Order: sequence, then C-alpha cells, then structure tokens
Amino acid sequence: MWFYAMLLHLYPASFRGEYGEELRRDFARRMSQAGAPGVLVVFTSALWDTLTNALLVHLDILRQDVRYLARSLRKAPGFAFTAIAAAALGTGATTAAFTIVDHILIRPLPFPEPDRLVKLYEDHSNRGIADFDISPATFRDWKNASTSFEHLGAYHGLSANLSGEGEPQRLDGKNVSGDIFPALGVAPLLGRTIGPEDDAANRPDVVVLSYGLWQDLYAGNPAVLGQKLLLDGKPYTVVGVMGPNFYFPGGSPRPQLWTAARFTTEDYSDRMNTFLYGIGRLKPGVSVEGARAELRGIAARLSREFPKELAHTGATVRTFREELSPQGRVMLKALLWASLCVLVIACTNLANLLLARALGRRKELAVRAALGAGRERLVRQTLTESVFLAFAGGAFGLLLARISLPLLVRLVPTSLPIPQTPSMDPRVLAFALALTFVTGLAFGVVPALRVCRGTDANGMREGSRGGVGGRSESLRRVLVGAEIGGCVVLLVSAGLLVRALAQIQAVDPGFRADHLLTLRTALPLPKYDDLTAQNQFISSVLNAARQLPGVTGVAYISFLPMINHGGVWPVHIAGGVEEPTSRRNAHLRYVTPGYFQTMQIPLKLGRDVSEGDTPQTPFVAVVSEAFVRFYWPGQDPVSRHIDFGGHDRMVVGVVGDVRMRGLVQSSEPAVYLPYRQHKDGVGPWYAPKDLAVRTTGDPLAIAPALRRIVHEVDPVQSVSDVQTMDSVVTHETEARSVQVRVLGVFAVIALLLAAVGIHGLLSFAISARTQEIGVRMALGASRGSVVSMVLAESALLAVVGGVAGIALAFGAGRYLASILVGIQPSDPVTFFGASGVVMLTAVAASLVPALRAVRIDPAVALRGE
Amino acid sequence: MGAPQPESLLPLQAAAFHILLALAEADLHGYAIIQDVAARTGGEVKLGAGTLYRTIQRMLEQGLIEERRERPAPEDDDERRRYYGITAFGLAVARAEARRLAQLVKLAKASGLVPGRA
Repeated sequence: MWFYAMLLHLYPASFRGEYGEELRRDFARRMSQAGAPGVLVVFTSALWDTLTNALLVHLDILRQDVRYLARSLRKAPGFAFTAIAAAALGTGATTAAFTIVDHILIRPLPFPEPDRLVKLYEDHSNRGIADFDISPATFRDWKNASTSFEHLGAYHGLSANLSGEGEPQRLDGKNVSGDIFPALGVAPLLGRTIGPEDDAANRPDVVVLSYGLWQDLYAGNPAVLGQKLLLDGKPYTVVGVMGPNFYFPGGSPRPQLWTAARFTTEDYSDRMNTFLYGIGRLKPGVSVEGARAELRGIAARLSREFPKELAHTGATVRTFREELSPQGRVMLKALLWASLCVLVIACTNLANLLLARALGRRKELAVRAALGAGRERLVRQTLTESVFLAFAGGAFGLLLARISLPLLVRLVPTSLPIPQTPSMDPRVLAFALALTFVTGLAFGVVPALRVCRGTDANGMREGSRGGVGGRSESLRRVLVGAEIGGCVVLLVSAGLLVRALAQIQAVDPGFRADHLLTLRTALPLPKYDDLTAQNQFISSVLNAARQLPGVTGVAYISFLPMINHGGVWPVHIAGGVEEPTSRRNAHLRYVTPGYFQTMQIPLKLGRDVSEGDTPQTPFVAVVSEAFVRFYWPGQDPVSRHIDFGGHDRMVVGVVGDVRMRGLVQSSEPAVYLPYRQHKDGVGPWYAPKDLAVRTTGDPLAIAPALRRIVHEVDPVQSVSDVQTMDSVVTHETEARSVQVRVLGVFAVIALLLAAVGIHGLLSFAISARTQEIGVRMALGASRGSVVSMVLAESALLAVVGGVAGIALAFGAGRYLASILVGIQPSDPVTFFGASGVVMLTAVAASLVPALRAVRIDPAVALRGE
Repeated sequence: MGAPQPESLLPLQAAAFHILLALAEADLHGYAIIQDVAARTGGEVKLGAGTLYRTIQRMLEQGLIEERRERPAPEDDDERRRYYGITAFGLAVARAEARRLAQLVKLAKASGLVPGRA
C-alpha cells in the first residue's frame, strides 16, 4: 500500500490533493477483491496506469500554462522582448565562451592517447626562452640516452618552390625524421607516411601531402601515389596523403607537405646550430614529469661535457596542451568569467522583471488562489514561464554564439594541432541546454517563492500596494545593486585591455609601416647556391622595381621585422674577454643598400652599406643603437671590429632600433650586413628574400607589376606572402584588439541590462507610489524635490553596487596583469572612467521614471485612493 | 467567450464517452463508474483509476460533468465519496458524439464493411 502511496507522488500535488484519497481507496478495494493470485496483475496494471496518467496530467498542465503564458506575453510584448533578449545575451555569451574553452582546453587533441605526446626543446631559460630549437647533435644524444619514449622524432621547417605546371608556388612543410609519424600515431588517408626507413641518406626522395594540397594540386585524385613533384627543382615521389582532420603539432604556418629529414656529418658538428624541434610519445606508464626529470639529467650531463656550447642549456618537455601560452590561458578564463558575469547579470535582470511582474499580478494570483488554484500550481506556472522564456532566449543565444565563434576564436592565438574554428558538437548543445534550463530555474525561483508567500488574503485588499517597501522591494534593490557591481567589473576589465592595446599601438616600431609593400622570393637551392646567380637575381629585381612609377625606395633583407622573430647569431667582440657562461647574440640581417631609407629607419652615425661592399673589400657592418648600448656603452662604435656572421667585420654605421620581435617585446641588438659580403657557413637561410617597396600611392596596387618583374627575371621563381607592412604590424595586435572588442561588447551588454534593470525597478516603484507622490505634491513638495528623491534612490544603488564592483574589479585586474602590458592593474584612469560611465548610466536610466513622477497630477493621484 | 458548441469537443475520447454514458443514467462515484463501464461493455473496457480521474478532471473543466452536492438515497450512499453527475452541456455533447458515431457506422455499412443496410 505504501508503495502505491509513493507512486501517487508522480502526479502533480494539485491532482494528488484532489483525487489521491479516492485513488488509494480504489486501489485498496481492488487488491482485496483480487485475492492472492490476482495481486500481481492488479499491481502491474496500477503501476502502468499511474505512470502513463501522471505523465499525461503533467502534460495537460504544461499545455494550460503555456497557453496562459502565450496569452499573457501577447499582452505584454515589451516584457517578452526584454526577457527573451536578456536570456539570449546571457546564454549566448556563455555558450560561445564555453565552446572556445572546450575547443582549446578540454577536448582531447586529435591523436590516439594524446596525453602521452610531448614536445621537446632546448631550455635557454637564462635568456628567457624555454622553447629553443635543438641542434642535431644534442637531439641525437637525448634520443640515445633516454628511455622514457616509445618514439622520439625531430622535425624542422621547410619552404620549397613548387615548379612544373602552372604558376610557381611557395609551399610550407616540415622535414620530419622517421619517428615523428609513428609517435603521432595517425594513419594516412592514402599510401604511407614518412617512416624510419626514410631516414637513411641514400633512400629515394619522397613526399607526403596534406589533404588541402592534394585537393589543390590533384583535385583529390587517388591516383596521386607515385606521381613526381618538383620541389626546388628536385623530383620527389608522392607516397602518401594525410586525412582532412590531421593537424601537425608544429605551429603556423600549417604544413602542406612532409619530406624526410636527413642529417649530414656537418649538421652534427656544431651544437650551436639549432634548428630542430622534438616530438615524443611516452612509453605506457611513464609520466611527463618522469620524462622531464630524465631529460634534464641528460641535459645536465651534456652541459658538463660541452661547457662552452651547452653551459646553460637544459631540456624542456611539454605536453601538447602546455603549448598554449599562459597569457592565452588567462584570456580564456577571463572570457569564461566575463561571460558568466553577463549571464548572472542577465539572470538577475530577468528575476527582477519577473518579480515585478509577479508583484504586479498579486491581485490576479490571489484571486486565482482563492478560486482554488493551489500554490503549487501558481509556483509551477511561474517556473514554467521563466523556463519557457529561458528556452526562447537560449535558442536565440545559440544562434548568437554560432555567429560570434569565428571572431571569438581569434581571441587566443594558438599553435595547438586543432581545427581553426571550433564546431558546436552535441556536447556544446547539451551544455547550452543544461545552461538554459538552470538559467530558467535560477531567475524563476525567486519570483516563484515570492508568489508562494504573497497569495494571502491581503493580496486582494483594495488599494494594497503591490510589493513596495518591505522585503520584496529590498530584494529587488539587491538584485539591481549586484547588476551594477557586475557592470563595473566588466567595464574595468575591458577598459584595462583597451588601455593596454592603446599603449602597444602607440609603440614606435622603429620604421614607417605605411605605403610599404612586402613580398617574399625565397631562392631555391641548389639552383641559387652560386652567390653570383643570387646577386644577379636580386639586383635585376631591384633595378626593374625602381623604374616602376610611384616607387620611392626598394630593398631586400633576410627577414623583415615582425615577419620572422628570430634569426640571431652569436657575437664575439674583437679584443673583448669571452665569457663562457653566457651566449651573446644579435639579430643578423643581410640587406641591400637603401634598406634603411626604404623602411625609414634613421641612420644615426656613419654610413649605410653600399654596392661597393664586395667580397673583395673589407667586411663591414651597420649596428643598431641597442647594440652600441649593450656592447660599447658611451663609446664611439664606428671603426670598431666584431666577429659576426663567420667573419671579422668593421662597424661603419649606426641605425635606430627596430622591434624585430613584435611590438610587445623589445629586441636584442641587431647587426645589418651588406648582401654581397656573404660567407660560407652562414647558410642560405639568411639570404635576402624579403622585398620591401615604398610607394607614393596604394602599395597593393603595385603588386601585379612586381610579380611580373620577378617572372621576367626567373620564370619558375615563386612569389609569396604579398602583404602591406601595415597589415603585418596590425596582425601583431590582432589578438589583442579581438580581446578588447569581445570584452567591450560584454561590458556594453551588461551596461544595457543594468540600465534596463534600474529603469524597471524605478518605474515600478514610482507607479506604485503614485498616490504617495501625489500627496507630497499636494502638500507643496516642489518638482525638483520629487526628481531628486527619485534620482537619489538610483544614485544610492549605483554607489553601493559600484563600490562592491570596484573591489571585485581590483581582483579581476590583478588576474589580467600578465596580459596588461604597460598598464597597472589598478590603473586609476580606467577605474574612474568605468565607475563614471556606470554612474551616468544609472542616472540616465532613472530619468524617464523621474520625469513621470514629476508629471503626476496630485488631483488624479488622490482620486485613485 | 460564449458558450462552446457541443461539436467543438468532438470526437470525444473513448474514456470520456463511456463516463458520460454511465452518468447519463445516474449520479455515481468514481469506483462505481469503473464498475458500470465494465458491466456495460461486458468487461471489454476496464478503466484504470488514473485514467478515470484524469478524465474526470478534464471533463469537470470542460463543464461536461459536475460534482453533485445532493447525495443519493441513504442506503446507497458511501459518504466519504464524491458523486459526479452529467450536465445539460454534457448530455448535448454525448448526443452529438452518438450522432457522429452513428453517421460513421452508416457510412461503413454503405461501403459493405459492416453487414446490414445503410
């Protein structure tokens, strides 16, 4: 019997209250009539009967409530719109933020057992770089001595000119050792990957294509295997194609092809010749910490064996996930917090709206309660209303999130091996669904409880003042105060980021970026092994480009600033005491004469490099001001000698500093060498390949003419990376501007929601106090005093909420400290600005209600009594 | 809203029609309705208690039946129970439903699905 009584709880309380007694009695009678053998039959049929009917009764009520809701929303479209918009903004922001956090931080990386995969670097922490390239010799020693890895491979970047049919193309790829693909454990779509058998130098040259390149070059034709590809003039046989969802963990640019990395004895001879990155798969049961400890031990032994080269070289072992920068992590979490803040503000606002509505409906509810509607039914109806509104908002929110994803994802520059844009998979949808449901309950529960308490006989009393004064009013004040606090936090965070962005954008890069076109013509080897051929190509292009109309400067350089952040070379000062404990470096750049004038880098002292600086004349160098400050502070550098780029050179000039590594990082000293004074051993990597052209008009307009010139000089030479220098500099701050925009949008949404909240609160309070205000005015209160009474109320809310918000914003600022370059987390300008904006908004939102209060006609107001 | 037309509730759910038929003869309490329906249909239709009260609730809202204040003859009265009776509107709806069903049977006869003359 007790079991049946339990079963009855499946019915809504109202139904149970009405018919529970009879149901129980019927059940008892049937049980007694059935006798022992029939008990089970009665029991089963009662179970079935209860389950189906309870569900149907619930659906009946839901249908009634929804019908009632639709009717009442149609009567109050403003309320419906505001509520749905608030819910949409809250759930949309949170869903989008979750999608990105999930995409970057949570979802497993697309490899089998990704937790066993690590990346390896040389650790040069004493110079502030924990992820330095590895030399082949050091890598070989690591691999031979370590026992933690099932597979341990190395790779390095590869850029090759593809010639043959069509226009020559520049392709980016990776040279991988045979262990890389087995370590990753990803099978190819077609054919095979590069394997250990390809490591030997006498093996045929083979290439594995990415899915994208396979589509581009062969239109996805499966007969590609065995075809020949001409890379830098050398034939490679296509042996495999990777699938569309394979992402190589090698950062950007995403590789289009892979060839076998093969090392010569010469590669192993110099431990400072670092150009490799390592990828390892840990043996089962070996932890990342274990592998890290082992490699550090090996690195420590090597630095004792080779004190000159490896004195301060350790080993870095990182999981793939740790490749995300700490700043990126901070930004992601800040995004999540900001979206939660928006969600809480939206919920608060909705709770407030519903509360006002419930209070306004007190009479109606009290009448319905008196007519027999149970409280449970009224609470349930209120919750149905809020959940329904939440779902309507959630649907729009999902749409918003979907639309904003491509923008949001640029927030965190990531080199993780994952797709560029996250997809909204069923997990995200489930998250959004759960979030919406919780949101609906969260903002519905307070008004619902209020309804529960409010349906006493007092509600029907004539002239009862729905909810003004007393606890409901103070609850609403707290809600609005919380909204204002949340607003301040968001505004301050966004403000700090805006200030940091402005600070960075104001940084002088050291050159004029406007009216500059850049492009790359990477000369392939062995075709351009011969320096004469190389110089011939360069001067032909430069001479032809100078003839173009509107061109005021043309020059070649190894790498333009910010395009390649690295390219440093050890410095030895002639006569100086060599310190074995630290490596001294400077950026190495070969330039053609006129480079400084083209870039408008000021020449501070001495002369530019010239066409007269040839292999036959004394080797010279132009150094940056930072170089002078670092090596010869307070002295005249001209005519001093340095050993740099494999040769003794005399300093002939000094130029201004340039931000080689981007706007945020200041650069190491730089040395510019004449392009003809090229010495063996420097390697083709530093050969001039970036062309800079200064024009009087639109720089991009000249691109076709430059392509034509290159084609005329060498018909199979590729042209790549055509872009303006302006866009290169803008790209530097792109992630930051996105951060600012996103947080800014969040802050504006929060501000709007808070304004709606304040406006709603005061409008409601004033309409409920019409009579009181009427009496005051009849007794001689001036209009001014009525306005100030209303404004004082909102100002009080703004101050209390604002102070709480400022306290929280201090915490938020501290959290963001690592991405606030050049701005204090407690920046007073931002704090004052944000608080001021919130105050103004609060006052503006209360103006309309205040004016309405002033227009109250005492005679009319009193007659209503 | 004006008084609803009886036709607006058609077709009736089978359970509702059976309940109307039972109440058309006498006011009954819930358990008696179940027994009456079972007897009337020769045991064919056995209303579950949940189905019964759910349907009763709906029919009360629709005004097809009502709770009766006056109790039946004392010897039949089970005083802890609630008695239900049919309303004038309920009678009209039951008639309309019967007409609808008769019409359907006529159509079925005409097409030879059921023996007899249309």
